[in-house]
Amino acid sequence: MRSLARRILEGDIRAASRLMRDIDDRIPSALDALKELYPQTGRAYIIGITGPPGSGKSTIVDKMVDIFRKEGKTVGIVAVDPTSPFTGGAILGDRIRMQRHATDEGVFIRSLATRGCLGGLSRSTQDIINVMDAMGKDIILVETVGVGQDEVEIVNTAHTSIVVLIPGLGDDIQAIKAGIIEIGDLFVINKCEREGSEKMERDLKMVLEMSHKREDGWDPPIFKTEAILGKGIFELVYGIYRHKQALEQSHVLEKKLRERAKATFLEVLETEVMSRFIQKIEKKDQWDHILDELIKRRIDPYSLAEKMMAEELKDH
Amino acid sequence: MFRYLKIGVWSLSGIFDLDLGRYALCSMLLAQGGFMNRKIRVLIAKPGLDGHDRGAKVIARALRDAGMEVIYTGIRQTPEQIANAAIQEGVDIVGLSSLSGAHMSLFPKVVQILKEKGAEDIIVFGGGIIPVDDIPLLKQAGIREIFQPGTSTEDIIQYIQENVKTTGISKSEA
Repeated sequence: MRSLARRILEGDIRAASRLMRDIDDRIPSALDALKELYPQTGRAYIIGITGPPGSGKSTIVDKMVDIFRKEGKTVGIVAVDPTSPFTGGAILGDRIRMQRHATDEGVFIRSLATRGCLGGLSRSTQDIINVMDAMGKDIILVETVGVGQDEVEIVNTAHTSIVVLIPGLGDDIQAIKAGIIEIGDLFVINKCEREGSEKMERDLKMVLEMSHKREDGWDPPIFKTEAILGKGIFELVYGIYRHKQALEQSHVLEKKLRERAKATFLEVLETEVMSRFIQKIEKKDQWDHILDELIKRRIDPYSLAEKMMAEELKDH
Repeated sequence: MFRYLKIGVWSLSGIFDLDLGRYALCSMLLAQGGFMNRKIRVLIAKPGLDGHDRGAKVIARALRDAGMEVIYTGIRQTPEQIANAAIQEGVDIVGLSSLSGAHMSLFPKVVQILKEKGAEDIIVFGGGIIPVDDIPLLKQAGIREIFQPGTSTEDIIQYIQENVKTTGISKSEA
């Protein structure tokens, strides 16, 4: 039988969807498919959209898809919504705004729940992006959870990060705080028909002028949109292309990719090593013993970790 | 598969004593890696032209509170939209709600399209204003269960939990 990865590469939607499920549920066999797909990834252009809840991220994504599809590009969408910390359940509602693309074969939409992950994405997001990439999607739009100030994980995932804001979210000091204001390659003031959008644009401009010159020489532009009517979306998409061009012409893209590859590898390595130790402890049923020792202060966690590491290395 | 877990370590060790934090993390790791518990994913959709989505939203909320991941499509969906969404979202089960009287044509259509696309393993159930006489016909057409007005959300939760397998090997290997 053909492998799951093979079927995905041949365009089997159902296979892709199943793999995404396995990734999200962390079924170990998903790793085999991911290994096989990895060489086929790295082609898609990944666009992140982040911003506070209700700022219009899903609607902006929906309208951008129109433009990308008219240009003949295929699109993957990953939309992340929060998991309830109390019940572990989630309502994933980003799809409501995008359902008109559900019958378009060139569009694949997947909703994800954060499942306890901080940072605005779910743990599985990067792997699911890779699956869409391997499916041959030209553009992958990643919509984060409605974020506050510090959920900036998207910047490690996307080529272009768009920060969506709306008027009336607080005074200008909010804008000079650290966090999402620092990660935007493009800024959108959505619902710009509302009162306060001009002031917001001025404040934002000021903040952006005050910030350090970026390494890539890119000046983050501000776009005003009224996404529900499609106003300003074309300009925004054009802005994405300009950023893409700037990124490719500078050496920043390569640097970004190297940093990202390193971070991904370190994360995988870290969990790999950690799960090995945990398995070992479990197998020997040592948890109680270890915890007693630690709580009674007969050993400190630092020495214990060093000791375990030394034993592990000796065994091989 | 356990990427990004360090975020978990930091936040936990920030709140608890370091040792306790590590322990909590480890049990989390094991719980997620060891038993392969799948989270139930449900699509709640409203086919047809009625806009009465109160019921669908109540169900969605109740299923969320029962720990499921619920994808809601919004109102006025065609059977094609619903079937495609179910496949792309990789759900176990689809709940259709209709109060317009068009259930006899719309519900079976969803089942039929799922079948055509090789996704007949996705369970379809329905609810809304559905005359008792229609129920056997709908069941014949592949709608596995019909819930009538007055059904408690508990019954629906129980039905889903009993009919969706959440443990065991990956479906993709089956």
